[in-house]
Amino acid sequence: MDRRAFLKTATLPCLAACAAERALAKPAANDAQFTIEARFYEKLPYKKIKCKLCPRECVIDDHERGYCGVRENRGGTYYSLVYSRVCAAHVDPIEKKPLFHFAPGTMAFSIATAGCNVNCKMCQNWEISQSRPEQVENTYLPPKNVAALAQQYHCYSIAYTYSEPVVFSEYVMDTAEAGRSSGVKSVVISGGYIQEEPLKQLCRRVDAIKVDLKAFSDKFYKEVVNGELKPILDTLVSIRKLGTWNEIVYLVIPTLNDSDQEFKSLARWVKTELGPDVPLHFSQFHPEYLLKNLPLTPVPTLERAKAICDAEGLHYVYIGNIPGNPAENTYCPKCRRVLVERVGFEVRAIHLNRGKCQYCQQVIPGVWDGLLHL
Amino acid sequence: MIDNSTCRASPWPPAPDPWPPAPPGVITELGLLFSSGRPRELRMDRNPGTSRRNLLRACFAAALPAPAAVPPKSRVVISRDPSLHPPGPRSPDSARLLTVLDRAIQSLYDADSPIAAWKRIARPTEVVGLKVNCLSGRGNSTNTVLVEAVCERLQQAGIPRANIVVWDRLNSDLEAAGFPVSSRQDRIRYIGNDAAGYETDLAIYGSVGSLLSTTLTRTCDAVVNLPVLKDHGIVGVTMALKNLFGAINNPNKYHTNAGDPYVADVNMLPPIRQKVRLTICDAIAPQYEGGPSYMPQWSWPFNGILTSRDPVALDYIGWRIIEQKRAEKGIEPLRNLKREPAYIATAADPQHRLGTNDPNLIEKVEI
Repeated sequence: MDRRAFLKTATLPCLAACAAERALAKPAANDAQFTIEARFYEKLPYKKIKCKLCPRECVIDDHERGYCGVRENRGGTYYSLVYSRVCAAHVDPIEKKPLFHFAPGTMAFSIATAGCNVNCKMCQNWEISQSRPEQVENTYLPPKNVAALAQQYHCYSIAYTYSEPVVFSEYVMDTAEAGRSSGVKSVVISGGYIQEEPLKQLCRRVDAIKVDLKAFSDKFYKEVVNGELKPILDTLVSIRKLGTWNEIVYLVIPTLNDSDQEFKSLARWVKTELGPDVPLHFSQFHPEYLLKNLPLTPVPTLERAKAICDAEGLHYVYIGNIPGNPAENTYCPKCRRVLVERVGFEVRAIHLNRGKCQYCQQVIPGVWDGLLHL
Repeated sequence: MIDNSTCRASPWPPAPDPWPPAPPGVITELGLLFSSGRPRELRMDRNPGTSRRNLLRACFAAALPAPAAVPPKSRVVISRDPSLHPPGPRSPDSARLLTVLDRAIQSLYDADSPIAAWKRIARPTEVVGLKVNCLSGRGNSTNTVLVEAVCERLQQAGIPRANIVVWDRLNSDLEAAGFPVSSRQDRIRYIGNDAAGYETDLAIYGSVGSLLSTTLTRTCDAVVNLPVLKDHGIVGVTMALKNLFGAINNPNKYHTNAGDPYVADVNMLPPIRQKVRLTICDAIAPQYEGGPSYMPQWSWPFNGILTSRDPVALDYIGWRIIEQKRAEKGIEPLRNLKREPAYIATAADPQHRLGTNDPNLIEKVEI
């Protein structure tokens, strides 16, 4: 190799990466380019509107915004202010979402806009989720550009994550369509606080939805989340019926949602309403935002939660945020052998063959075609 | 409810004026009294002993319960002039409005003159923020003529114009309400939080966790709150307490449950509690239904202003005015519509003590 060829080989990837960073870091200047008419709302007299995106159903006066802070009534027409208005973009392993039965070992081009339709006291991304779009730095990334960047970074999927994709659902839907036509899948990481019609439209376009089930008590939802439990359970049942791949994460917070009874009720509900094959992740809580007064979740608490759910007959119960814990692995429910070996976000080994256990041929539910990308 | 409070309430009734009126004979500079008064003499009694009678008297006196302290009443001054605002879209008469303002402030502070009263609101070295309410465009935002009158009197009280900042959430809201956005340091500044920015550390009290406007936290030493008297479709009414939602980054999070306890909790955040010294509520053409958007069919010529140093008392009186007008017009009371402003009572409760909503402790002065 001559010197010219060597320099070309060595510097081109670096230049490409820098160009991508610059493209992402370019601040957005024009608010109009982020504004499109919202798809789910109802017009009311006197220029008021009722939002029909989430169960909160905000009734919003002219010039006012909904609870999410990213949708505004302008003269009786309701607008999303976050279309293509990306405030965070990263390339993450799919295990970080976490989605354990969805193309393990692949990367997800992960994006978010500002805003959220709840206000969890333990939110780890409150700087963006609890802000209005104009209060954070944004980049203009229209759907086609997202799909192109996902391909450029060899991502198997686009993940709508970090804040709450429900509040930027128009953008999610269009980006998922752009991704699909480019061969890139889409996954949604959500609290699940959404009405049925937008959920149906979302499920038609995306390939997996991970729902953060914050607790299994309405009291917790009311006091810690500023939401309700029942609509989330309805969402989980609807996703199941619509056939979109779904996993559940339950962040275990010391003293607030960690009782045996709550774990048992949760496990029984999941088994009855969703079936035993839905992956359920118990994650460790870290003190954040408005819950800095509580400690980290002790590992034995997470293991107790898993033991209770295992005993109730759930097949895929995981422990998250504890790198190296054996409950990060996927085990075959029939022969008990390790099928996907994980340490943190890293996948060390996969013993699946076309979605079946390579030892006993047990079918393992999930989306496994992405394994080709490993 | 999880309580993550990091602040502590100071007791009601509030501390007296930081600069009470000077007693006769005491010379003050610019109307401000910085001396704590004449030093007490040290008295030496010739006969330090006591008689049996005096001893018994003293013992009985100590055993009896002390008479309950009578808290001072919170004064709310309603100043009106029926000719203040001519019918139609014209601006209110600036000379009449200045008179309405002067009468209100002089009465509120029991001062010899309006300027003397203004001198007790802020020192000449302080930066005074005027927190206006500009959400409803020109129709139902804080009137520019009222703000001009306040600016004029502040300057006459010794506050340089460079030390006056008119602020609200957005530059665009200020412009829509008729205020000339400007951040020039040698003039009165008009600036939105979107341009000035927010703190990066959370301010937390009770149910509220927010980022505060840097105009409030860093620029201003004192704040005069200038809300508008109007109905609010979610929290019932919006006046003094609710107007401070304009100081936080996430007001959209705190409208549930008719704003209770969020409105009270926001007002407990230390920079708000410590810096807001006076409320002047624009009641020139208030709105009794359809708010906070401007709905001219539901506004009426009240032709006045409400002023108080107690935001809770002012909100209570303003709420009664709105309810009275609704009753006159045959509109249901707010309670029936599930938007009674319960946050006013919460602001007065023992956890908040931001003021009083007890009519017996409110002195309503109508002039």
